[in-house]
Amino acid sequence: MKVLEIRNMKKSFGDLEVLKGISLSVNEGEVLSIIGPSGSGKSTLLRCATMLDNMDEGDLLYLNEFAAKSINGGNSIYSSKDDLKRIKKTFGLVFQNFNLFPHYNVLKNITEAPILVDGISKKEAEDRAKSLLDKLGLANKSSAFPYQLSGGQQQRVSIARALALQPKLLFFDEPTSALDPELTGEVLKVIKELAKEKMTMVIVTHEMQFAKELSDRIIFIDDGIIQVEGSPKEIFSTDNVRLKDFIGKFANR
Amino acid sequence: MSIYFILTQLGQGFLTTILIFILTLLFSLPLGLVVSFGRMSKIFIIRTISKLYISIMRGTPLMLQLIVVFFAPYYVFGLQMGSSFRFTAVIIAFVLNYAAYFAEIYRGGIESMPIGQYEACKVLGLSKSQTFIRIILPQVFKRVLPPLTNETITLVKDTSLAFVLSVVEMFTTAKQIAASETTMLPLMIAGVFYYIFNLIVALSMERMENRLNYYR
Ligand SMILES: Nc1ncnc2c1ncn2[C@@H]1O[C@H](COP(=O)(O)OP(=O)(O)O)[C@@H](O)[C@H]1O
Ligand SMILES: [Mg+2]
Repeated sequence: MKVLEIRNMKKSFGDLEVLKGISLSVNEGEVLSIIGPSGSGKSTLLRCATMLDNMDEGDLLYLNEFAAKSINGGNSIYSSKDDLKRIKKTFGLVFQNFNLFPHYNVLKNITEAPILVDGISKKEAEDRAKSLLDKLGLANKSSAFPYQLSGGQQQRVSIARALALQPKLLFFDEPTSALDPELTGEVLKVIKELAKEKMTMVIVTHEMQFAKELSDRIIFIDDGIIQVEGSPKEIFSTDNVRLKDFIGKFANR
Repeated sequence: MSIYFILTQLGQGFLTTILIFILTLLFSLPLGLVVSFGRMSKIFIIRTISKLYISIMRGTPLMLQLIVVFFAPYYVFGLQMGSSFRFTAVIIAFVLNYAAYFAEIYRGGIESMPIGQYEACKVLGLSKSQTFIRIILPQVFKRVLPPLTNETITLVKDTSLAFVLSVVEMFTTAKQIAASETTMLPLMIAGVFYYIFNLIVALSMERMENRLNYYR
């Protein structure tokens, strides 16, 4: 089953055409990585997919239900507020710079949304949070405040916060880019664990080795369009000049 | 003339000073928040009116505002107000004036919040009011506490302006005694009162800041 489907997504900021018609879909249990040079529109793609920004044209579907629809190729019309509220529960997003709530401790960061949005009891939310913290190796951090944690720990908390709402699909926007190199490993490890459990994920990343190991499929974006799409094997043995060039830059680092 | 006499006289005025102080804070702190919403409104007319209001309140002397508020019922509505209106007019003018200053402080705090906090809330599915009340406002409060302290200390000293409408607060009392007894002593004592009052205000605000230091 398709958890996410994007058809011909277009997005401009003023005169700057950032997405020029992106189509992709993600099946249940699949891990899709998105790579591409900086400024190529990867974040914009995730922001439009998660409805932090509205796209200009194109269709957006979660679990085969329209969140937005382009009628006769015109501007995208979004579904009703109530429908969107329900559809938004399908996915979660992990930000590059965590965006944890600094005034809440780790536990409250994780339980706030399930209590307020899903209406589950505090007890249930805390049980859920604690088992997530356990799983992500943060069992002893539940009463710490974000500023007391390392970047890697903060990012793991933000992953727990997203998972607590039990989404069908998790988006990551460069989850390790804000981290010191020695801290990226612990976050990547957590994401690998999730992949093993068949969590459906869309990951924007510059960690080529990681993408290669983990992904079922990789998309290379440049100039606002998908230049190459394929299995990790296909991507890393490409003939495409741009992609070769791009991968080369990372190999030489 | 005994110190005791001066103190009891000043004590009366001091109570008025404290009353002006408390009532002003009580109404202007929430009103300021409302005005700051108006100032940040997407609706042009509301934003413009709020801007104008803030600009007038901050751009004209509080003394003048006191007089305008006191005479407004007569000149605008032809209403004859009794002398008991004097105190009410003082409070209204102070509240209107301080709400404008507080509004700008709140706005600064709200606009300084990183956009990522709003986006995290949005992706988690929190409603706009949940986002504001639970995530934004507590953090804004921490950020605006230092400038709020400054304004509050200014307010303590500003209370003496109530004399314009013949509301006898502490400073006026001190001046009267000083004039009739030809001594500086009451004014000095009044100064000490203001200082101690402000010291208490500053210390309580500092305590509140420390309490909010559990996070960064
Ligand atoms: N809100 C915005 N307003 C104007 N331009 C933007 C905005 N967001 C992104 N852009 C521009 O869109 C392009 C793509 O940005 P982004 O999606 O962040 O790229 P990536 O994540 O691939 O590095 C960049 O040129 C960027 O400057
Ligand atoms: Mg980006």
